[in-house]
Amino acid sequence: MSTSPATPSAAAEPAVKAVQVHKAFGDLHVLKGVDLTVAPGTVTVILGPSGSGKSTFLRLINQLETLTGGVIEVQGERIGVKRVEGKNGTSYLQTLTDKEIARQRSHLGMVFQRFNLFPHMTALENVMEAPVHVLKMDKREARALAVKELERVGLGERLDYYPAQLSGGQQQRVAIARALAMKPDIMLFDEPTSALDPELVGEVLGVMRSLADDGMTMIVVTHEIGFAKEVADQVVFMDGGVVVEQGGPEIIDHPKEARFQDFLQHVL
Amino acid sequence: MPHHEPMDGEGLPIPNRINAKPVRKTGQIVAAVIVALLAAMLIKGLITNPRLEWNVVWKYLFNENVLAGVGYTLLLTVISMVVAIILAVILAIMRKSLNPVLRGVSWAYIWFFRGTPVYTQLVFWGLFSVLIPKLSLGIPFTSVEFWSINSSEVITAFNAAWLGLALNEAAYLSEIVRAGLEAVDPGQTEAAQALGMKRSQIMRRVILPQAMRIIIPPTGNETIGMLKTTSLVLAVPFTLDLQFATNAIASRIYKPIPLLLVAGLWYLFITSILMVLQSRLEKHFGKGFEARRVRTKGDVPPSTTDSKIEKQDTVNKDNQATMLGLNA
Repeated sequence: MSTSPATPSAAAEPAVKAVQVHKAFGDLHVLKGVDLTVAPGTVTVILGPSGSGKSTFLRLINQLETLTGGVIEVQGERIGVKRVEGKNGTSYLQTLTDKEIARQRSHLGMVFQRFNLFPHMTALENVMEAPVHVLKMDKREARALAVKELERVGLGERLDYYPAQLSGGQQQRVAIARALAMKPDIMLFDEPTSALDPELVGEVLGVMRSLADDGMTMIVVTHEIGFAKEVADQVVFMDGGVVVEQGGPEIIDHPKEARFQDFLQHVL
Repeated sequence: MPHHEPMDGEGLPIPNRINAKPVRKTGQIVAAVIVALLAAMLIKGLITNPRLEWNVVWKYLFNENVLAGVGYTLLLTVISMVVAIILAVILAIMRKSLNPVLRGVSWAYIWFFRGTPVYTQLVFWGLFSVLIPKLSLGIPFTSVEFWSINSSEVITAFNAAWLGLALNEAAYLSEIVRAGLEAVDPGQTEAAQALGMKRSQIMRRVILPQAMRIIIPPTGNETIGMLKTTSLVLAVPFTLDLQFATNAIASRIYKPIPLLLVAGLWYLFITSILMVLQSRLEKHFGKGFEARRVRTKGDVPPSTTDSKIEKQDTVNKDNQATMLGLNA
């Protein structure tokens, strides 16, 4: 249902809005002023060579890293810090409490390159974990929800399997179900197929495609150009910590910037 | 493996199944014979040597003082290990805390209690009520006092014994726990954070259960070590444990060797039980890590070539993690 325009209308509040985002790890300046707006209900695919800062950008949105400079807003709320009124009408920035960070994260679901399933829990237990212990949902209710989410990703037959007994593609689908069980507004995918054998990539992309069809707001860092062309409303090419080129999926076929052209030649 | 019919697990035939006899290894047989001979000589010596006085051993093996000693030794081992494990987990988590004061306290604790002999520490706890005669609760550096008690009532010989053992053991165990915590993939914490779990929940539900796999084998070692370290409580002095009880009998009847055997047999017996408990625990916390059969009936577990490779991968990683844990 990718009917939403790639350029967000002024009326709808952006799902994610990044303004001049900087991130430095000590002396290493990874992101050097990234601007990006993601409209609700759209799919944004971020492409770029490794080391371009695209994963770091995704992790900043979910506060797995802290912002060094700039502003990121999720559904209109600034993340990571808040402005506090001081004396004499002055104000200053203050970091958030763990509770506030958890609340901000509750809008976001994240899928990792290495799945990061809890190995000591079955597929079902993995998906039930957060609804039971974060949302304090009743166990029976959480179980029903988890079964539903696992069926949605095509794993209704694998409820009692441990991650080690599942293939990579199945593990990643459990990870997607685990994130979806928290009813996020926005899903972040950090190279979800990069750790998979080629023949297992398709099943994960298929699940992501159906999510996009359901109108989920998604930001996907990936090397799957085909997926980007087919599913993305917005394509962003990052290199050297900045956005080099962005636009609709058509820019993949008609890249303007030399660096993007060069990248596509190596990937395709 | 066990079936010889030429079928695979799904009932499909395997043509020309190889049923070759394993090649005979002469070296192994020779070695086995030599070892068996030596073992037989050892056993014969143990049984027939009159100086071991087995009749005395049997007479005192179930002596009531000896049995009480076994009880106290077990009690000391269990109490001090339980207290030490709780303390060790707290120390290890403090050591990884963001708060530098907590980190410092944890470091200093480990430095002190690992750096001084347990015997010295036990002597100190035995002298506690002499050094600090009164324990009280009040406002520090003032004369305000809500509640107080004589140290000698709290720090009895028995309490001093387990306290001394536990405080010392906690320092060693906390390093084992820390290694276990550090062996868990940081991606686990990130995934749990992304799901909105609190720090305490992440520790309790995600990190510790996985760390336990690495923590349990060396902790089993420490428990068995503790069982024997309890013989040092005569430093307190606490005089009801197995070692002291057998020693007392030995010096009364001038027969040290048979009573050492009595003590040794009991220590061996308890150690054997502890080893069984340890392997049970290892199984429990190993779930999900060993590729074990799934309960679901009629459901063939995934066994494609690539998933096997992945399994192999995780096993390798586990091994690496264990090695890391042991090195740390």
